[in-house]
Amino acid sequence: MNAASMNALLAEHPFFNGISSRYLDLIAQAASEARYEPRELIFHEGDEASEFHVIRRGKVAIEIFTPDRGPVAIETINTGEILGWSWLIDPYRWLFDAQAIEPTEVIAINAIQIRESMAADAVLSNELLRRFTPIIVARLQATRMQLLDLYHVDN
Amino acid sequence: MSITELAKEPMVLTDPMLPTWFRVQSVRRETHDTFTLELAGPNDGGEFSFAPGQFNMLYAFGVGEVPISISGNPVTTDPLVHTIRAVGAVTRAMQKLKRGDLIGVRGPFGSAWPVMDAVGRDVVIVTGGIGLAPLRPAFYHILAHRNDYNRVVLLYGARTRDDILYRDELKQWRGELDLEVEVTVDSSVGRWRGNVGVVTKLIPRAGFDPENTTALICGPEVMMRFTIQDLLNRGVEKKNVYVSMERNMKCAVGFCGHCQFGSKFICRDGPVFRFSDIEDIFGIREL
Amino acid sequence: MSSCDTKRPSRVIDRNALDDLLGTLRSRGYTVIGPRICDQAIVYDEIQTTDDLPVGWTDEQDAGSYRLKKRGDDALFGYVLGPHSWKKYLFPSAQRLWQVTRDGEDISLSPEGGEEVNRAFIAVRACELHAMAIQAKVFIGSEFVDPTYHVRSKNAFTLAVNCGQAGKTCFCASMNTGPRVDGGFDLALTEVLDGARHEFLVEVGSEIGAEVLGTVDSREARLEDQHTVDDIVANTVAQMGRSVDTADIGDLLKRNHANAKWDEIAERCLSCANCTMVCPTCFCSTVEDVTDLSGNHAERWRRWDSCFTMDFSYIAGGQVRSSTKSRYRQWMTHKLGTWHDQFGASGCVGCGRCITWCPVAIDITEEVAAIRRTEVEDATEPLKRGA
Repeated sequence: MNAASMNALLAEHPFFNGISSRYLDLIAQAASEARYEPRELIFHEGDEASEFHVIRRGKVAIEIFTPDRGPVAIETINTGEILGWSWLIDPYRWLFDAQAIEPTEVIAINAIQIRESMAADAVLSNELLRRFTPIIVARLQATRMQLLDLYHVDN
Repeated sequence: MSITELAKEPMVLTDPMLPTWFRVQSVRRETHDTFTLELAGPNDGGEFSFAPGQFNMLYAFGVGEVPISISGNPVTTDPLVHTIRAVGAVTRAMQKLKRGDLIGVRGPFGSAWPVMDAVGRDVVIVTGGIGLAPLRPAFYHILAHRNDYNRVVLLYGARTRDDILYRDELKQWRGELDLEVEVTVDSSVGRWRGNVGVVTKLIPRAGFDPENTTALICGPEVMMRFTIQDLLNRGVEKKNVYVSMERNMKCAVGFCGHCQFGSKFICRDGPVFRFSDIEDIFGIREL
Repeated sequence: MSSCDTKRPSRVIDRNALDDLLGTLRSRGYTVIGPRICDQAIVYDEIQTTDDLPVGWTDEQDAGSYRLKKRGDDALFGYVLGPHSWKKYLFPSAQRLWQVTRDGEDISLSPEGGEEVNRAFIAVRACELHAMAIQAKVFIGSEFVDPTYHVRSKNAFTLAVNCGQAGKTCFCASMNTGPRVDGGFDLALTEVLDGARHEFLVEVGSEIGAEVLGTVDSREARLEDQHTVDDIVANTVAQMGRSVDTADIGDLLKRNHANAKWDEIAERCLSCANCTMVCPTCFCSTVEDVTDLSGNHAERWRRWDSCFTMDFSYIAGGQVRSSTKSRYRQWMTHKLGTWHDQFGASGCVGCGRCITWCPVAIDITEEVAAIRRTEVEDATEPLKRGA
């Protein structure tokens, strides 16, 4: 894929809505396409968080492995959503496993490259944090609701 | 003389507290704590007409009576169908009923989902847990009159994969090309390949036109609170959002006082409310 | 105008005639129920003659206190109100709704409520007439009709009495429900005690009232008798111990659901439900299902319930109103506020029973004033709120 069409792919995604073309170019340079088959691991808990993913199509489960129950899915990330934000925060390690559960096409973005660019450019840094924070907050909120175990009634 | 003018007025005196006896046709297990009763009316399954969203008071012989929403098809009203969660003495007694047993029925009571007002519009149904049961009649109605509606979306959240109600029907509806049906579970272990996460997570990517949407919500109050917020965030108008409320009920006809919710009686003014009508009291704690 | 005429006493009777009148009611098949002394309180129970009435007694009431006292005269109705209200006859505290018997495949249901006892209520006060009308809206005012309430209220004969004195916990004048009776009665008396004179001025409120009155000796009322009623009622108004500012009261309570005053009340409130039991308009009930040992005979009973009990708001998963604060708020906001939305009138008639019979002397009139006052303080002194 050439740079221009990658640029166009990213621009389609709501996450990048309104971002300046200069930054879009920069991100496109760090981007590549990838495809995962069902049950294929996208990243693994504890590994270095070196990229994040824009899900173009498919479904990815965020899982945590438990000794007694095996992998427990915490949430699923679907078409149009962003997968992965541990690359933003020291020590840049994945906190969960991510496993494709449907054939999943993503744009993988090299996070190390982006992190370096952010360190050098406060405006870019702000742009991206501004876009990632609502995602993190929404996931936190969803997790809180899950914690309530709303549908459970004590007998 | 009469103490009030009211007592003088001639009226038909049918005691609203008297049950009619229905016979159990079948008891079907849905999940580990829910089951569906199919009931035949007193005259070999006579007509029982109701509007989607209404409820009955069901009486287990000698044990007690509970309000249960009707979850069958309003278009073909025989048999009368109730999906019940076994959480107390009465519902557990109902779980043990056998084909041929008698059960007392009073109803139908209460307000209905606005299936007529939603004609020509997108309909978005958001439900969680056993909240799907009171919405199923509305969904049946919409399916039977599919051409009357624009886009139809059903978003359903359950606790786990094993807690999903009406699994076979959901599968069938998911297969229809003119329905958007999404199911999610709060937590998943093992074989589940579907969505994981709270039901509100399904709202942002559901296909509907907020300005032309009627939303029907039923589930635990907290779930409804967040669902309403997310729908409003997408641009659905408050007056087009409907919720079904739950409170204690002993009579269903406004006598017992138990189901008061601010100035409303859930039994008479509800259980289905237009959100804009209860917005002021919806978030008040312990009301 | 005719409506004006009915508010004027037309006849005058003495105590003997009143006894005859009670006799007429009995001979017409009424069970005659009136005030009498029992366990040091004036309660409602069956009476035979005026001797059964609390002759010469009055009651002294205040927040959390009630005691009987000799008046020093022979007044029949010289007391204010006791703990009972007439609701116990129209909406019994425990009532079987139906019974059902199962015999193999068959099931037979026997409804109740076909009772045809006619009751004559003696010495019903203005606030109580209003309370009955308010409860009637609950039980027979909608598409659903409670057959017991319907039959019992339809068949009741009501002999009202204008209050000749007010108690310290009375506030009917501010609720516009008294002390003068203004309808809903068959006959209304005003007791006149003036030296040796002991008479009852009678207003007629219905045809049957006129018929019953016609069976006893009476004389025509004179113009001054009419003034006498006005004077007595005016005197009672002047004695009224408490009052409530009802302006905007529904909205006041609704917009003050988060007022800190509720927490203060909750610290005192025992959640004992006394106020709801003595309240003449409280209508909440629960049901109880019972079976015999064979399991083939079951009954369903309705009993008075109270929004102050923990179970009242139980739904699968817990209580909606688990704090005392929320329960008191529910009761008072309903009584004075949301009742208007539901039934087009206040649920409070200002009888003061909830004040008198509260074991810790919580006073609804004071609490309304406190809510009103603190709201004003909140609005005018924003700095104080942060303190």
